[in-house]
Amino acid sequence: MDFVSISVNGTELAGPAEPRNLLVEFLRANGLTGTHVGCDTSQCGACNVLVDGKLIKSCTAFAVELQGRSVTTIEGVAVGGALHPIQRAFHDYHGLQCGFCTPGMIIAALALLQENTKPTEDEIRAFLAGSICRCTGYQNIVTAIQAAAEQMESGNV
Amino acid sequence: MYDFEFVGPKTIAEAVDALRAEGSQPLSGGQTLIPTMKQRLAAPTRLVSLAEIDEMKGVQRKNNCIRIRGATTHAEVSRNVKDFPALAKLAGGIGDPAVRNRGTIGGSLANNDPSACYPSAVLASAATIITNSHEIAADDFFQGVFTTALAEGEIITAVEFPVPRRAAYLKFEQPASRFALVGVFVAQFESGVRVAVTGAGEDGVFRWREAEALLSGSFSPDAIAGLSPPADQMMGDLFGTPEYRAHLVGVLTKRAVAAA
Repeated sequence: MDFVSISVNGTELAGPAEPRNLLVEFLRANGLTGTHVGCDTSQCGACNVLVDGKLIKSCTAFAVELQGRSVTTIEGVAVGGALHPIQRAFHDYHGLQCGFCTPGMIIAALALLQENTKPTEDEIRAFLAGSICRCTGYQNIVTAIQAAAEQMESGNV
Repeated sequence: MYDFEFVGPKTIAEAVDALRAEGSQPLSGGQTLIPTMKQRLAAPTRLVSLAEIDEMKGVQRKNNCIRIRGATTHAEVSRNVKDFPALAKLAGGIGDPAVRNRGTIGGSLANNDPSACYPSAVLASAATIITNSHEIAADDFFQGVFTTALAEGEIITAVEFPVPRRAAYLKFEQPASRFALVGVFVAQFESGVRVAVTGAGEDGVFRWREAEALLSGSFSPDAIAGLSPPADQMMGDLFGTPEYRAHLVGVLTKRAVAAA
């Protein structure tokens, strides 16, 4: 058993972990159940998180690999109880139905808008290649991300 | 998955040392190895992470070559390789954004998946694989499906690409896995043209020498009009028959020549 310490959403999350424990398992075992396990095969992106600002699938990294790193999960996206503009847009534009993929979609959208503040529809769809939704058909997810991008650009949030 | 010991060395020398123990396996980005371990297709007793070794990361220009260190991620190659756009574009098209932030060039080449993108770039560019113990020419490195010239415990520390005059990579994507159903990398050097094909050959990545000879004479799609490699040397599966893949190799090679 190793001891793992990771900064999650700005707070130190520390605890015992076996080397085989995936990052998503470590997060969920420590009460952060917003990050979902969908396929567990690196396909679906329900487990998306940011590590040092970069999008990764937390089902395909071991917690011990991320010792000392900084992780952002869906629980860290809203600030001070107010929804992030991306979360607000998913609500306003009905970018979810069952909601299982939503944490991963929001995190993916966050990663996209950090590197590209004005993505085209094609760029959004390409970026979501590794994030699967079985309900919406993606149309409203794309619309929500476009709306969030506009709001974030205009500072009107 | 079965439990294992995890080691996180800070230097190549420490990693090589840690890999001497029986049952050890290097872990780079883990985007293939971790799913493989989940399925119990691999059960190493010790993983030696290459991710925290600074001397394994980065891209450098060196005379007419680009040297990419082994643990450089696909995302970094796509962003930082400025002088070889075809290679940067290939790296930016592997898997999806999350996979590209973890997966590494050294890991991909050491695995030598028959449908991976990178082996075609390495073979078409006549790149050199640099390991902790020696240098291996691309033509000697790939030895069949999931098989390379690497010895047990040997680590790819860097790959050195000669920069071609022009080049292009085109892949026909398997839409679920985003691996290449067929991918073709064409590179033109002063000494001639090299064409490497991934996703199609029954023995993994291969050079299509018939096309190379014709394109070295005339670098135009017309030079290989109607040409395809022999279907009996192509692989076949649910997603494409050998004949279909052979046809795609011809089509994609022509398009790559036009795009280069």
